[in-house]
Amino acid sequence: MSAGRTDVAIIGGGLIGCATAYYLARRGRRVVLLERGFVGGVSSGVNFGNLRLQGRHLEQMPLALRAQALWEGLEAELGESVEFWRQGHLFVALNEQHAAQIEAFHHECRPYGLETELLDRHRIAERWPWLRGPVVSASWSARDATVNSRLVSPAYARAARALGADIREGVEMTAIAREGAGFRLACADGSEVLCDVLLNSAGAWGGAIAEQFGEPTPVFAAGPVQLITEATGRFLENVIHAVDGSIIFRQTQRGNILIAGHPRVPVDFANRRSRVPPRKLATNLARMLELAPHLSHLTLLRSWTGIEGYFPDMIPVIGPSRTTPGLFHAFGFCGHGLQIGPAVGMCLAELILDGRTPTPIECFGIERFAKPVTADRAHLAAEFEGTLLDKIGAS
Amino acid sequence: MARAVIVGAGPAGITAAATLAARGVDVVLIEEGRRGGGQGYRAAPPGLDLPMRRLLGGDLAAWRRIQARFVALTMPMKGLHERFPGFAGQVEFRPGTLAWNIADSVVHTECAGTLDEIAYDALVLATGATDRIMPVPGWTLPGVYTLGGAQTALKDQGCLIGRQVVFCGASPLLYLAALQYARMAGAAGARVVGVLDTTPFAEKRRALPDLLAAPGLLLKGLGLLAALKVRGVPVRHGVRLSAFTGTDQGEGAGVDGVLYQDAAGRTQRIECDAVAFGFGLRPESQLAELAGAALRYDPTFRQWFPAQDADGRCAPKVYVAGDNCRIGGARAAEAAGLIAAHAALADLGLANGGTDTQLVAARRTLAAMERFQRGLARAFAWPHHWAAGMADETIVCRCENVTVGAVRGAVLDARGGERELNRVKAAVRCGMGRCQGRFCGNAAAEIVAAALGDAQAEPGRLRAQPPVKPLPVTAAPKEPVT
Ligand SMILES: Cc1cc2nc3c(=O)[nH]c(=O)nc-3n(C[C@H](O)[C@H](O)[C@H](O)COP(=O)(O)OP(=O)(O)OC[C@H]3O[C@@H](n4cnc5c(N)ncnc54)[C@H](O)[C@@H]3O)c2cc1C
Ligand SMILES: Cc1cc2nc3c(=O)[nH]c(=O)nc-3n(C[C@H](O)[C@H](O)[C@H](O)COP(=O)(O)OP(=O)(O)OC[C@H]3O[C@@H](n4cnc5c(N)ncnc54)[C@H](O)[C@@H]3O)c2cc1C
Repeated sequence: MSAGRTDVAIIGGGLIGCATAYYLARRGRRVVLLERGFVGGVSSGVNFGNLRLQGRHLEQMPLALRAQALWEGLEAELGESVEFWRQGHLFVALNEQHAAQIEAFHHECRPYGLETELLDRHRIAERWPWLRGPVVSASWSARDATVNSRLVSPAYARAARALGADIREGVEMTAIAREGAGFRLACADGSEVLCDVLLNSAGAWGGAIAEQFGEPTPVFAAGPVQLITEATGRFLENVIHAVDGSIIFRQTQRGNILIAGHPRVPVDFANRRSRVPPRKLATNLARMLELAPHLSHLTLLRSWTGIEGYFPDMIPVIGPSRTTPGLFHAFGFCGHGLQIGPAVGMCLAELILDGRTPTPIECFGIERFAKPVTADRAHLAAEFEGTLLDKIGAS
Repeated sequence: MARAVIVGAGPAGITAAATLAARGVDVVLIEEGRRGGGQGYRAAPPGLDLPMRRLLGGDLAAWRRIQARFVALTMPMKGLHERFPGFAGQVEFRPGTLAWNIADSVVHTECAGTLDEIAYDALVLATGATDRIMPVPGWTLPGVYTLGGAQTALKDQGCLIGRQVVFCGASPLLYLAALQYARMAGAAGARVVGVLDTTPFAEKRRALPDLLAAPGLLLKGLGLLAALKVRGVPVRHGVRLSAFTGTDQGEGAGVDGVLYQDAAGRTQRIECDAVAFGFGLRPESQLAELAGAALRYDPTFRQWFPAQDADGRCAPKVYVAGDNCRIGGARAAEAAGLIAAHAALADLGLANGGTDTQLVAARRTLAAMERFQRGLARAFAWPHHWAAGMADETIVCRCENVTVGAVRGAVLDARGGERELNRVKAAVRCGMGRCQGRFCGNAAAEIVAAALGDAQAEPGRLRAQPPVKPLPVTAAPKEPVT
């Protein structure tokens, strides 16, 4: 098969790859996107749908707020529904330490332009009279929203296609070779792609590509556990989220209760399979019922998890390669790539086309892993199951 | 001692349990229902004295055999064990217990809200089948049942689904269920007002060579037809079901008739107050999938079955037997249960060396039954070709109220539609409700295949995710896990 030439080739059709393809195509660039499965078939299509602003790493706030503005106009932009819903987000403090955290964040996020409202038990009881459990205080953020993640990446891909982007599903990239100032990609189906610029947006698999170009990272895969109940009458308009992430739930537009809760679990990375350890079901259901005992009549329909890439410092890699001109990385989104996804795509398009982006993203550079990172085991212990911690080598 | 877990107390599970226990294996037999017997040979609850001879006719002997085997198996055997140590393994029957997941050689169960875990050395999945459904406009009206549902109401509850009942579709259960009703209905002042078979009679004739693989069953089938005629039940072949009519609002909500085209293409209508319909069976294969079995497409049945070797091995330490891996009926299920149990014994190092005459006979039965069932698949053809012409507004997924048009639309989206069933599910919620696609999955797959325009293409399959059936959110382990 003869090699097709393109300006930009993208490896991985998750939200990051699809959004970048769209913003590049919107600016008239020729794009080929290679996705070995279906677009949005991995992390991007199975996530909780939380567009959470509260509690983000502060250095991520400009990116997150830029993303939220994009989300707010996205259905008009792409011409189809992604079930965007400005639900608002209630961060619930279950102990004094949580309470201190949300209070600190309340002051810290303001300079970035995010307003949160601190609520005492009385105010909480007024607005969420059914809420039980050891709730100490809470923080309310009205601008936080949700989407139906299953719809997002396909919508971006369709819109990109309509602008001429070449989105190839079922095509796996198997080898990359440098060719002149560009790259030659070989694919499992025998096809080849020649490109000037290459984007590595391969999700949890991005580490292998970076490593090939002399940029090893401590990326590892894990799965956040998701449960969903049958639909019930509307009682909840917002996302309820324990500050430590031990329990997170919301009611979907259809009426189901979608439930998540840390710690994340190991996944079968080699075989690309992920299943919820059966015992997690009862644990997470019990935590949900502690806060919402009135849901005890419901039944659980389904459980799933996904394969997401994480770094020990819990922020992604976004930016140019430091070894290879023309190569860009955006992978390992540490469980919060949905919310920032549109802005990441926009910034990458700017970096690729203009050589710069107005959004500060330097802290996500891959060069931070040039020196060994030390992971904070105490912090990560709440986020990942023990067997995973041992693998990360957190100390 | 080795421990075998068996899921499903139908003919396959009961036979596997008996075979394993007789050779000293400890058996835990898990059954979601309250009693043993399975779909075909269920026992009515104590106190409900059903006239079994009248109900079952010629099936009475087989029903008695299976029930007797089940009773012998689950009777307290303590005394026996004390007198003959090592004679046989224990059998623990756990009724009312759902096996909802399998992971790392452990079966996860739920019984009355309590979660439990059972580790196994061998796992026999004998979870049976349910009706396969092709939607007909009006199929969600009150008073419309599946053939199996109508049978269950009768055999498990002693209830009839209506006073004037139409049986329709294409299924080995069609004439059986109709005749069981016809036998029981009279006393209750009810009537079977018609049997509408959607397969042309000529197809049955063409299936004859395969059906002759089990001449006894073929005769039985012809006997059913004759018995219905004797009772004056009108039977029509080669019809196309147009709609179940009626209203789903208000006092008199319910089905009031079946509209169909007869073999000559004329529009006809039968008045009724209940309908039972179905198009063959579909395997309950989700647990096998979770246990690690691959699924294989069978073009005769146009369905996916767990891939297995000749003895039912489908994954390490996991065996499948009965309707859940190969639609075959009760006799095939018994044979497969025996064969799978022997495979498990061999793998556990408990084979007794010699050739077991029972085993040889079981293999012969299974081979004959398989051929017979291939004949039945033709004689009662799954009307996959209906999918292309089905009206857009017909509901396909009743849990989530998803229409045929919505499923089709996801494929035909001009800006780039979906080409795979699980993606269609993600886009339009078909199969996302309580039944998790167990009932709409076959039809949705055909609608997608038809919309893709490739008649030869294999229809897809919805992937299994635990729990295989809904769990109460209050479900909790006996002892809290840390
Ligand atoms: C269960 C779950 C819940 C989550 N909840 C939230 C949430 O509520 N809010 C939030 O903001 N984030 C959430 N996240 C995180 C978010 O979903 C991810 O960060 C985001 O989707 C990452 O997008 P991505 O494009 O980098 O990765 P992915 O979606 O994983 O896409 C990477 C793609 O690359 C493809 N690929 C890899 N290698 C190759 C190759 N060689 N050739 C071709 N294709 C290749 C893969 O097939 C895959 O489709 C959650 C994640 C999970 C798993
Ligand atoms: C609705 C229906 C009605 C039928 N009626 C007749 C009839 O009248 N006469 C006849 O000869 N044949 C009938 N059949 C044909 C049937 O193929 C055989 O009679 C026979 O029942 C097949 O045996 P089996 O052991 O494979 O499965 P089954 O008899 O179906 O037994 C499977 C058992 O597994 C249990 N089970 C399934 N999943 C789980 C789980 N996750 N956890 C716990 N338990 C589980 C079920 O409750 C069931 O009792 C019927 C089939 C169906 C589906």
